[in-house]
Amino acid sequence: MNRVPVSAEIDNTGYDPGTPTDLVLGGETFTSITDRICGIVEQPKPPKAWYIAITVTGSLTLVLFAMLFHLITTGIGVWGVNSTVGWGWAIVNFVFWVGIGHAGTLISAILFLLRQKWRTSINRFAEAMTIFAVVCAGIFPAVHVGRIWLVHWLFPIPNYQGMWPNFRSPLLWDVFAVGTYATVSLLFWYTGMVPDLATLRDRAKGKWRKMAYGFFAIGWRGSHRHWHRYEKAYLLLAGLATPLVLSVHSVVSFDFAVAQIPGWHTTIFPPYFVAGAVFSGFAMVGTLLVPARQFFGLKHFITKHHLDNMNKIILATGSMVGYAYAMEFFIAWYGGNPNETFAFVNRAFGPYAWAYWIMVSCNVISPQLFWFKKIRHSLPLMWIIYIFVNIGMWFERFVITVTSLSRDFLPSSWAYYAPTKIDILTFLGSFGLFLTLTLLFVRFLPMVAMAEVKTVMPAASVHGGPAHPVGDYHGDINDRHNKGGK
Amino acid sequence: MSQTDDRFYGLLVEFDDAHTLVDACAEVRDAGFKKWDAHTPFPIHGMDAAMGIRGTKLPFIVLAGGLTGLSLALLMIWWMNAVDYPYIISGKPLFGWPAAAPVAFELTVLFSAFASFFGMWGLNGMPRLHHPLFSSERFARATADRFFIVIEKADPSFDRDQTREFLTTLGGTAVEEIHDKAED
Repeated sequence: MNRVPVSAEIDNTGYDPGTPTDLVLGGETFTSITDRICGIVEQPKPPKAWYIAITVTGSLTLVLFAMLFHLITTGIGVWGVNSTVGWGWAIVNFVFWVGIGHAGTLISAILFLLRQKWRTSINRFAEAMTIFAVVCAGIFPAVHVGRIWLVHWLFPIPNYQGMWPNFRSPLLWDVFAVGTYATVSLLFWYTGMVPDLATLRDRAKGKWRKMAYGFFAIGWRGSHRHWHRYEKAYLLLAGLATPLVLSVHSVVSFDFAVAQIPGWHTTIFPPYFVAGAVFSGFAMVGTLLVPARQFFGLKHFITKHHLDNMNKIILATGSMVGYAYAMEFFIAWYGGNPNETFAFVNRAFGPYAWAYWIMVSCNVISPQLFWFKKIRHSLPLMWIIYIFVNIGMWFERFVITVTSLSRDFLPSSWAYYAPTKIDILTFLGSFGLFLTLTLLFVRFLPMVAMAEVKTVMPAASVHGGPAHPVGDYHGDINDRHNKGGK
Repeated sequence: MSQTDDRFYGLLVEFDDAHTLVDACAEVRDAGFKKWDAHTPFPIHGMDAAMGIRGTKLPFIVLAGGLTGLSLALLMIWWMNAVDYPYIISGKPLFGWPAAAPVAFELTVLFSAFASFFGMWGLNGMPRLHHPLFSSERFARATADRFFIVIEKADPSFDRDQTREFLTTLGGTAVEEIHDKAED
C-alpha cells in the first residue's frame, strides 16, 4: 500500500476546562486513518527491526518451552521451592501476569462505561496485551500443580475417583475467575475487531489475505441494523467485564487472604490487589505503547493527551498501592497480633528486606513523580517510570508470597527461598512469549480500533448539523435535549 | 416491477459524509421502504431514529444467559459437594451461599457474555461470508470512509426505475445497481 508519512508530535496537553481536547490530531480524515492503520499490516514485508525483535523474543519463547519440558519431565524439584516456601516464582509470576492484563479490561470496559472517549485509540492494543498476559499467567499455575497430566482435576470433570473439586477452595475459584476472564476478554477483543477486520478484508489484494481476513470478518458490512445490535452487545460486554475484572484479582487475592499465614490473612487484599493490578497493567501498556506509537507513526491517534491521562491513572493507582502498604503496617501494629506484627517487621527488616525496599522505592516513590507535568509529558522519563513500576510490581508479589511463607508461625520450619536458574529462565521465557504474541499482533491485526477512533472525530458528529462545534465528545447531550431531559 | 435477472439484488447510493446520510435515511424511512439498510464505517448516533430502528431483544437473551449460568453454577456446586460426594470441610454446612458466590458469579458472567456474543451475531445473521453487496467495488469503502444506503428489490415498494429516481434526489454521489456475482 501507499506509504503514509510518519506523523508529527503535536502537543495537546493544555488544560482548558470546558473545551474538550482533540483526540485525533494532524488533520487526519476517515480516509487517512484507514490508510495509516491498515498500511501498517499491509506492508508486504515488515521492517527489519521487526525481524530482529521476533528472533529475540521467539528464542526466548523457545527457552520457555524448553524449561517447561525440563520441569515436566523432571519434577518440581528443578525450581527453588522447598517444603516451607511451596509457592515460589511460579505463583509470583502468575499474579504478576494476571495483574498486567487488568489494564486492558479497565481501558476497554470501565473507561467505556465512564464515557472516556480517549480510550478508543489505545483500547485495542491494551486488550490484546490483556489476552497475551493471561496466556502467560495461565501457564504457571498449570505447571505448578506438578503432575500436569492430572491438571483436569482442576475442573469439574468426572474422574475415576468419583470425586469433585472442592468449591470452598479459593484456588478453585481462581480456575473459574481466570478462565472466565480469559474467555470474556477474548470475546470482547474479537467483537471490537470485527469491523476493522472487515476493513482489512475490503482492502486486501492477495487471495490469501482476502480469505483470512474475510473468514474472521464473518461477513461484516457495516449495516446500521447490525451496528445497532453490535453497540448494544458491546455495551453489555463492557458492563459484564467491569465487575468481572474487579472480581478476578479479588479472587486471586483470596488465594492469599483466605489462608491464615501472617501477612496474608487481611481484608485489605482484594481492593489492594485490584489497584495494584491496574497500576502494573498501565505501566506495561505504556512500556509497549510509547515505543509502538513512535515506531508505527501513531502520534496523531495516541497523543500526548492519552499518555498524560494514563500517567494520571498510574499516579492514582500507585498512590492507592502506597496507601495499602502503609495501612498494612498500621493494622499489623494496631491489630495487636504478634505474629502479624512480626510478619511485617520481618518484611521490612528481615532476610528479604532488599526485596521489600525495591518494591517500596519502585511502587511508592516513582509514580509520585507524575505529579510533575514535565515528567508526565516527557516520553523518556515516563518510560523509565513504567519500567520501575513493572519491576516494583513484580517484587510486590514476590514480597507477599515469599516473605510470609518463609517465616510463618513456627520458627523451626523457617527457610530461605531462592530461585534456581530454571525459575529465572522460565520467567524470562514468559516475556518472550508475551512479546512474540504482541509482535505477531502488530504485524497482522489493526492495532488501533479504526471504527471507534472515527466515532470521536468531529466529522462523525451529526447531532447539531454541520455547524456543530469541533470536539463535542458528549454525544448524549442532544439526545437528552430531545427527550426533554436536563 | 419487471426484474428480468435473478442476480439483481437492489440499488445502492453512496454518500461522502455522515450528515447527508442521516438526512437521506430519514427520507427513505418516510418514503415507506421496509427492506433497506444504511452501511457505514462506524456507528453514527442518531441513525436509529433516522432509520426507524426499534430496540433489540438482545438484553433479554443476555439476561436469560446470565440466569442460566447462575442456576447451573449453584446446582452444580450443591450437587457435587453436598449430594454426590459430600465434603465435610471444617465442620461447615455441606452447601453454603458465601462459599458458592465466587464461582456462581463467574459463571453468570461467562454465560451472559456468551449470550451477548452469540446472540448479537445470531440476530445479525452472521457469520455470512457471502453477500450480494460484496459484488460492488464501490461498496468496499463502506468499511473505510464512505456511507451507503441500499434498498433491496425485495421491498414491496421497490420499483427499479422509480426507486432509482428517488435515490438520485437524496444528495448522494453515485447510484449503482447491485448484481450478485456469485456462481452459487
